[in-house]
Amino acid sequence: MSDAALLRFTEVTCERGGRMLFEGMSLSVAPGEALLVTGANGVGKSSLIRLAAGLLRPSGGSVERSGEAALVDEALALDAKQSVGAALGFWARLDGGDAAAAIEAMGLSHLADIPVRMLSTGQRKRAALARVVASEAPLWLLDEPANGLDAEGLERLAAAVAQHRAAGGAVLAASHQPLPIGEHGKLAL
Amino acid sequence: MRTLLLRELRLALTGGNAALPLIFFLLVATLFPFAVGPDAPLLARTGGGALWMAALLAALLPIDRLVEPDRAAGVLDQLAVRGIAEEEVALAKLLGHWLSFGPPLMLAALPAAALMKLPGEVLLRLELGLLAGTPGLAALSLIVAALTAGLRSTGALAGLLMLPLAVPLLIFGAAMTEPSGGAGAAKLLAAVSLLLVAIAPFAAGAAIRAGRD
Repeated sequence: MSDAALLRFTEVTCERGGRMLFEGMSLSVAPGEALLVTGANGVGKSSLIRLAAGLLRPSGGSVERSGEAALVDEALALDAKQSVGAALGFWARLDGGDAAAAIEAMGLSHLADIPVRMLSTGQRKRAALARVVASEAPLWLLDEPANGLDAEGLERLAAAVAQHRAAGGAVLAASHQPLPIGEHGKLAL
Repeated sequence: MRTLLLRELRLALTGGNAALPLIFFLLVATLFPFAVGPDAPLLARTGGGALWMAALLAALLPIDRLVEPDRAAGVLDQLAVRGIAEEEVALAKLLGHWLSFGPPLMLAALPAAALMKLPGEVLLRLELGLLAGTPGLAALSLIVAALTAGLRSTGALAGLLMLPLAVPLLIFGAAMTEPSGGAGAAKLLAAVSLLLVAIAPFAAGAAIRAGRD
């Protein structure tokens, strides 16, 4: 483990609703690295992502993050009545990022003026990924980022992750399916 | 903070529900004279209190759209990931909610007071009371909204939680509109309202955090 890790779990125990999901889990993700968490439904992949995001507190051990994180999970968190461009613009203003470039990167430019509620499942996932791309956070936390994406969407995800890692960013992803995120470490729950 | 507040205002004004409490308030003001009869002195004597009741009940209506939609959509989680404190989110919500609730209610009180045949000086005290009291009502709405976010059928529960807590606002607000009512009631109303406003960001913020696990 290098000292420069963006994310470090030390002997983390996670308990949800009285059920032990995992204990004594240690991991670290350094700049440029990617770690893919795999496992069956319900083993705690999403809980691990939420622990990393600081949305859950570990029952034991410690979770340390040295920098901002950006999260994609099953919740879209975009205002349904707003256009895609405006809804992502809100988050980009908070993050100081470039929403238009991120929308372009995820291939949503032609939908920028469409209300969020009109998006299909795959387009919603692309919009959520665009928020992460625009976030400029060094650590990306991706919970099932490939769900609903078509082949072109997967390519765009792969390109975005590659560019992020080349720029010194790190990725922690959880998925039950293989992800096109380049060379990566694996963690089976 | 400014970005958050602007979003809250936009949601409040474009949500289509901002007018609902006002319409409700005016509806009660219209119905009350039908219920007690067109006796002008009686209306003038009881109208202030009735309008405070209406304001209190109107404050219940927006509760289900204050926090729950943001929780369900993951907006609260995304804000937390960015390190924005829940208290700051709650403060933005409180300001945004009051701006879309307090001043419009004070405007709606003008026609409502006319329906109640309230004399001019009673209307003035009603307006001053609303100015002091609606921030407290908005704060209570926000606290209850944060506490009940994520629960099913929150409507009745929200009423049960909020109405007892709003009793001091009702007592001192209504007392201000009485002919003998004066400085004492006004000060107590302002004090209660200030206390609620001061508590609200912390209580609502803690409730949002607790609702996450």
